[in-house]
Amino acid sequence: MDSNPNENIIEQVTGKEYEFGFVTDIETDFAPKGLNEDIIRLISSKKEEPEWLLEFRLKAYRHWLGMKQPDWAHLEIPPIDYQDIIYYAAPKKKKELQSLDEVDPELLDTFNKLGISLDEQKRLTGVAVDAVMDSTSVKTTFQDTLSKYGIIFMSFSEAVKQHPDLVKKYLGTVVPHTDNFFAALNSAVFSDGSFCYIPKGVRCPLELSTYFRINAANTGQFERTLIVADEGAYVSYMEGCTAPQRDENQLHAAIVEIIAETDAEVKYSTVQNWYPGDKDGKGGIYNFVTKRGICRGERSKISWTQVETGSAITWKYPSCILKGDYSSAEFYSVAVTNNYQQADTGTKMIHLGKNSKSTIISKGISAGHSQNGYRGLVRIAPNASNCRNFSQCDSLLLGDKCGAHTWPYIQCSNDTAILEHEATTSKISEDQLFYCNQRGIDTEKAIGLIVNGYAKDVLNKLPMEFAVEAQKLLSITLEGSVG
Amino acid sequence: MLFDIKNLHVSVGGKEILKGFNLSVNEGEIHAIMGPNGTGKSTLAAAITGRDGYEITEGEIWFKGKNIMEMSPADRANEGIFLSFQYPVEIPGVSIQNFMRTAINAKREYQGLPNIAMPEFVKIMKEKQAMVEITAKLQNRYVNVGFSGGEKKKNEIFQMAMLEPQLAILDETDSGLDIDALRIVANGVNQLHNDNNAFIVITHYQRLLDYIVPDFVHVMYDGRIVKSGDKSLALELEEKGYEWIKDTIL
Repeated sequence: MDSNPNENIIEQVTGKEYEFGFVTDIETDFAPKGLNEDIIRLISSKKEEPEWLLEFRLKAYRHWLGMKQPDWAHLEIPPIDYQDIIYYAAPKKKKELQSLDEVDPELLDTFNKLGISLDEQKRLTGVAVDAVMDSTSVKTTFQDTLSKYGIIFMSFSEAVKQHPDLVKKYLGTVVPHTDNFFAALNSAVFSDGSFCYIPKGVRCPLELSTYFRINAANTGQFERTLIVADEGAYVSYMEGCTAPQRDENQLHAAIVEIIAETDAEVKYSTVQNWYPGDKDGKGGIYNFVTKRGICRGERSKISWTQVETGSAITWKYPSCILKGDYSSAEFYSVAVTNNYQQADTGTKMIHLGKNSKSTIISKGISAGHSQNGYRGLVRIAPNASNCRNFSQCDSLLLGDKCGAHTWPYIQCSNDTAILEHEATTSKISEDQLFYCNQRGIDTEKAIGLIVNGYAKDVLNKLPMEFAVEAQKLLSITLEGSVG
Repeated sequence: MLFDIKNLHVSVGGKEILKGFNLSVNEGEIHAIMGPNGTGKSTLAAAITGRDGYEITEGEIWFKGKNIMEMSPADRANEGIFLSFQYPVEIPGVSIQNFMRTAINAKREYQGLPNIAMPEFVKIMKEKQAMVEITAKLQNRYVNVGFSGGEKKKNEIFQMAMLEPQLAILDETDSGLDIDALRIVANGVNQLHNDNNAFIVITHYQRLLDYIVPDFVHVMYDGRIVKSGDKSLALELEEKGYEWIKDTIL
């Protein structure tokens, strides 16, 4: 790849701390603290939801009551008081918005500060954005352009109103409310998120992007994203997120569901930059997220690319069910932990279809006192013949107080499968650092350079605009990790 | 005077390796340092460039009128000291182009200059690549990854050409080179050599000095220079062997 703005960005950004830690002062509509059926009814009525959706929520809530928070991950999670969280917070709207002029200037300003312009004129071409603050969507751009192609891209709440049949058809089909503790919680209280439907044979002309922002204190964020690519459709989707710097921990439990029908392709990219807590491990987001896609039709394809730099604790396994014959799935991940961050992340590739193929590239980077684990499952079902998986899990350690862990699980019930697994653990060597130093590159910059090189295979999979952000983030996250 | 080392004592892991080393280098000069294995030649290079673990217990190092002993390795490099490594290090995933641009911009930042413009950078890359006869597309190759011994050394000289140091130290750049690569490396050095810069060429063999002609030859033994002369000293050494040096100093 030639030379582009990416390459020198590292040097501009080292020396920065978490730069999105500001709070927007805006009037917010809160639900009372705590969780019970009344709160769920309140959320549902605030969103003017149909009865079936309220029932969906209540069913999930009742199921959740009987569940326990999972403790199998290599994470130390301080006890979470689920009654001490606000489950609904929304910037107060004065009336229905007709145009951007009516959006609260404070909100526009917030997203501008985050580098997300909601003004289509000023926006870089080629990306449509849905901006979500706390529990509601603020604005979705380029609606007109997209609707010409029959593409539906709007906030989840809006989709429930405008396209209830589509939402009902797909909601919970990939991640059922019974799936896990956090999925059940999300199904009960999810507030907003994005809904995206690409009709048959349509190649989405824009990158679709949702930007999540937690602003209000003491609130949890429970967004729900549903992406459906109908037969032969294609879409590339990006998700970004930030939160203010606060001393207390905040809970984020989202669900993302992706459905790819026959010959459809979905590329999903995330740069996760929730507030990670301070140098001593105080504060930060608990990121307990369920992301799963299903390659439902033949030759369908889903790829997950994630760059995980934020959050105090990350518990996240973007997965794929390869149901269609000849379907394929990819998981590319860079997870960086510094200071006292903890990450237990990885993927599951469930091969049900014949001749299905999956690739896993995971790059963990640990620094400070952090713990960084890869946990992955590759399962080949009895009838899934001629499947292939290639897994590569690399860990890079900076310093001697951090930990890197790898737990690959393979369950193969069909002899025709070809499974490969490679794993490496390395440290940035003194030799490498001195070599860079001797060329005039100081140690901080050298680490940024070496780490970006190490993660290159994954960064290259990101859309250009995200790749730049991701490179910056890697360097910032590791700032101060030497010495 | 460009570069001056006075009574340098350096210990590694508590063991004294350099024991009162002295060397003065003026602009425009090429100094060759020869000597048997284990006399402290590579330690000298490491101490000058500020490598961790090389403890200076006594003495001074002056460069362009500044005492550089308290400077970080990166600052010393940005002041204009370059080391061509005996064993160049691999950096996977980092293209040589990116590496060089980062290095050049670090130097420019140190000098208070803005980043180099891309067209200018590309132009310089091409020029310097040609100088050391590197034909590969360097934007696609990672630093030293999968390079042959000769390519690694050519790459060191290429980097030197890019960074235009005022003092370049070549640490056994000739080791492991075939005669063609040796000629290319030496050619590169000779093209870069001018009245404002200086070279310190560390080598075992006089072979390299057929191509890079030194103004001075110093023979090191047991942590210090024991004999200095002009280029004829290298020939004499080649002929008589290091035993001869031992005999003359004992």
